[in-house]
Amino acid sequence: MGGQTKPATFQSEVDCPASDLYKLLVMDASEYDWSRLPQELLLHIFQYLPLLDRAYASQVCRGWNQAFHMPELWRCFEFELNQPASSYLKATHPDLIKQIIKRHSNHLQYVSFKVDSSTESAEAACDILSQLVNCSLKTLGLISTARPSFMEVPKSHFISALTVVFVNSKSLSSLKIDDTPVDDPSLKVLVANNSDTLKLLKMSSCPHVSPAGILCVADQCHGLRELALNYHLLSDELLLALSSEKHVHLEHLRIDVVSENPGQHFHTIKKSSWDAMVRHSPKFNLVMYFFLYEDEFGPFFNEEIPVTHLYFGRSVSKEVLGRVGLHCPRLVELVVCANGLRPLDEELIRIAKHCTQLSAIGLGECEVSCSAFVEFVKMCGRRLSQLSIMEEVLIPDHKYSLDEIHWEVSKHLGRVWFPDMMPTW
Amino acid sequence: MVVNSVHWFRKGLRLHDNPALQEALNGADTVRCVYILDPWFAGAANVGINRWRFLLEALEDLDCSLKKLNSRLFVVRGQPTEVFPRLFKEWNVTRLTFEYDPEPYGKERDGAIIKMAQEFGVETVVRNSHTLYNLDRIIEMNNNSPPLTFKRFQTIVSRLELPRRPLPAITQQQMESCQRKIGDNHDQLYSIPSLEELGFRTERLPPAVWRGGESEALDRLSKHLDKKVWVASVEHTRVNKCSLYASPTGLSPYLRFGCLSCRVLYYNLRELYMKLRKRCSPPLSLFGQLLWREFFYTAATNNPNFDRMEGNPICVQIPWDQNPEALAKWAEGRTGFPWIDAIMTQLRQEGWIHHLARHAVACFLTRGDLWISWVSGMKVFEELLLDADWSVNAGSWMWLSCSAFFQQFFHCYCPVGFGRRTDPSGDYIRRYIPILKDFPNRYIYEPWNAPESVQKAANCVVGVDYPKPMVNHAESSRLNIERMKQVYQQLSHYRGLSLLASVPTIQEEAEPPMTDESQTSSGPDSPHRDPADDEAAGSSTVPDSSTSAPPQDKEDPAHCCHSHQVSAHSPCTSTGSPAPLSCHSPHDRSKPSSPSSSCHTMSPSPSPSTQTSPRRSSSSRKERRSQRQKARHACSSSARENKREVEEERMEEEVEDSEERMEEEAAEQLQ
Repeated sequence: MGGQTKPATFQSEVDCPASDLYKLLVMDASEYDWSRLPQELLLHIFQYLPLLDRAYASQVCRGWNQAFHMPELWRCFEFELNQPASSYLKATHPDLIKQIIKRHSNHLQYVSFKVDSSTESAEAACDILSQLVNCSLKTLGLISTARPSFMEVPKSHFISALTVVFVNSKSLSSLKIDDTPVDDPSLKVLVANNSDTLKLLKMSSCPHVSPAGILCVADQCHGLRELALNYHLLSDELLLALSSEKHVHLEHLRIDVVSENPGQHFHTIKKSSWDAMVRHSPKFNLVMYFFLYEDEFGPFFNEEIPVTHLYFGRSVSKEVLGRVGLHCPRLVELVVCANGLRPLDEELIRIAKHCTQLSAIGLGECEVSCSAFVEFVKMCGRRLSQLSIMEEVLIPDHKYSLDEIHWEVSKHLGRVWFPDMMPTW
Repeated sequence: MVVNSVHWFRKGLRLHDNPALQEALNGADTVRCVYILDPWFAGAANVGINRWRFLLEALEDLDCSLKKLNSRLFVVRGQPTEVFPRLFKEWNVTRLTFEYDPEPYGKERDGAIIKMAQEFGVETVVRNSHTLYNLDRIIEMNNNSPPLTFKRFQTIVSRLELPRRPLPAITQQQMESCQRKIGDNHDQLYSIPSLEELGFRTERLPPAVWRGGESEALDRLSKHLDKKVWVASVEHTRVNKCSLYASPTGLSPYLRFGCLSCRVLYYNLRELYMKLRKRCSPPLSLFGQLLWREFFYTAATNNPNFDRMEGNPICVQIPWDQNPEALAKWAEGRTGFPWIDAIMTQLRQEGWIHHLARHAVACFLTRGDLWISWVSGMKVFEELLLDADWSVNAGSWMWLSCSAFFQQFFHCYCPVGFGRRTDPSGDYIRRYIPILKDFPNRYIYEPWNAPESVQKAANCVVGVDYPKPMVNHAESSRLNIERMKQVYQQLSHYRGLSLLASVPTIQEEAEPPMTDESQTSSGPDSPHRDPADDEAAGSSTVPDSSTSAPPQDKEDPAHCCHSHQVSAHSPCTSTGSPAPLSCHSPHDRSKPSSPSSSCHTMSPSPSPSTQTSPRRSSSSRKERRSQRQKARHACSSSARENKREVEEERMEEEVEDSEERMEEEAAEQLQ
């Protein structure tokens, strides 16, 4: 894999005349001493080898074995913690984990843990984390590949493991801890040790964090450029903190709005807070994912909101989409998974008219009449770089049949377009 | 020389349009029609009672039709490899005929039989009639790889000549010339087994909703065509609750077992269309279901791992959860979502569900809610679904779980809303889950939200009489969408295809600097390679680096990875690749790997990997273009506006280019 590209990179990168290299590679082993291959060269080659191949190569001679252990090769590591009973994927071998902790933990800088849905795996990740005492991580990601298993770990165990990293790594710049039991006190430890370096913090669905906890991060970490959290942590104060003078421009803010029980009430955010945010970071992306029941949208989209990417994971009413059309002037991408039985015609046209930045739209179970759809595409024109709708929700009318719509839409987009098809089987 | 023919029935359980059977009759002195069945394996195989019943009924019908021609069906117990040598000798067979089976398992089995027949001096004649087209021809037309998008497939098909015309049914006259006396002990030796003989309990077995057999199939065909005429007069028909029930005009199980020839259906539809619309040729969309079937057959024919994730080069490796309990709840209709449970109940009872219902339960099991592997779902369908063809079943599951064929993954069917939109009355639910029958319409799709008084009044308390929902759909779809995104962001050839994967995130500038050279050479966002592998491995089943152990002085350095690696790699040796089989082009491997950083901007241009991939020769493209033009001239196009035609041509070429690019990138993964 990638075999064709390697030699090219090799020659251009390595400070070594191609002919020498050629000699080196093709000459008979008896004529050339392979063990004399310079370390930098070896390192370079090793970078392109998967760990397994490096392990094989390291058995060749002492020099290669030394190269295998060069710190440069151990800066990044992804621990994969899976149990045979809960995952189809292979796991990082325990012996390898031991070796890394023993010999290379001080080299680690970019570390992630991918854990399956079992609690054992999440606990194993915490155990490794607690042993990372003599390293200074730059990035740390805790990723649940199936169900969020970190939530099953006793909170105290998780927190103590995480704070080991916070305390020992004084220059964390990126932290991904979605779906974990991280809490306010541990965030305080993070801030106390890493406030100068933290740029990215992703912590969607961390139920033990309070609005005050995240506010403390925003107040202290002025370099924060990307933040992901749930709506219940979003406050006017947080937005104002992020738009303070001391703070760098925010680039991405992702908010998940998830309903736990039907009929849940959601607070509102003042328009003035959003305005402050936009003044401070005029180019920031506001990404919002909604997973709400239809009747829970009351507090949303009544005033202008600088959202750029909008995803409705459940059914959303025509009325709410109508409000989106009026109050989201910065909208770039819109995904609507489902909507009621009445066609979305006027709402789409309104969105085309007011959301002048819109360049991507995906519609799932949302019926639209063919002529309204064509009109929408015509109004947006070629700026629509992504356009996705299922064939079965397009309703033919007096103007266009299903066979004609592909041509009409293609014409306005300036490229060939087809509706999405699903197998009939 | 005496010609003693044996026609071996497998699929293709019919006397009409059966070219291999015609070959058996052709100039033969005797003909015997054989079906081979191993009762011992029947119980063990993963095939449910409804499918067996359908098959046995189809065999009964075949035997019955043969009787009318003064012949019989010989059902022989055993395995083909054991049965044939015996039959060859006993019946002095000189010719063996059967229908071509395009599926990898079938091809292997048939190869062995053909070889064996050769050793016995028996001529074998194989004819293609289970699919409309010669699948190898489609693959050849697509530069020797199966088309992986349905559009692309349609483009290729539209350039092919029409499928071969169906042959008439065999006649008494034909049969007479090669008749032989049926032995008195025929029923003793060659009878069709009963379900009991196969080890099934049949007491309290409800009557079949779908009756197997060619006669029933032909009967349904005429009703099907009548309905088409009626439907054609109504414009848009939305799927409604009627569509959810087994229809007397449904044909899919009959196509699966070959009780109905797909070509007969094809030509009947075509002629009907031309009669009604008086146009030169019908659009491909008329043959929707037939073409989907063909599409999946083409994709599977050379891929023995088509029905699994591991070692399947077209399948995106997704870190599905293994959760037998949750799988059982789904399979047995105990999820607590009435819409899902009703569908699974209908499937188990009747053996058929509407295709949108299939979408609903497949999405729920995999990427929508439970995050369980499509392979598990496919196996349940294989057991229960009458029309489950190996290729079509696996292909559809991959499609619906977004594991292949370049799908948008943003949309998940809601297990509440989707059903309610299809059947607001909830009658479908009441029919298959009678315990819920007294729930008011408002709550029938989400009974757990009904107030306690309503539950009591309906004599069904959720958590007691009917299960609570096994997941919070909002929460699980949030998690799963995120996971899909993680997987897809690592696939360069999907970039720009999926809406959500294009939501940007900051580019982490502090990428692991490997050495200074590596930074300057491959750009600031390219880390050293190993972590990229790791990231790749996370979504593939082959974590090529992390399973391995560093060398230790005391033991084999690679010892701990070795066993893993071998098992992980062995299925893909056919691709000749020493590298892991994950769906990643070399470019993925040099992508940023820190947890924070994969940067995907909006409107990404097609992946740069086209540079490294060998472009297809322009000559082949030209050839295709001229083929297309020929096709166009053949079909009188004078009615079309000239300008539009030119424009369409241009865009068609564009789409062809982009299709090619996509397929090339996909092909690259296989290397």
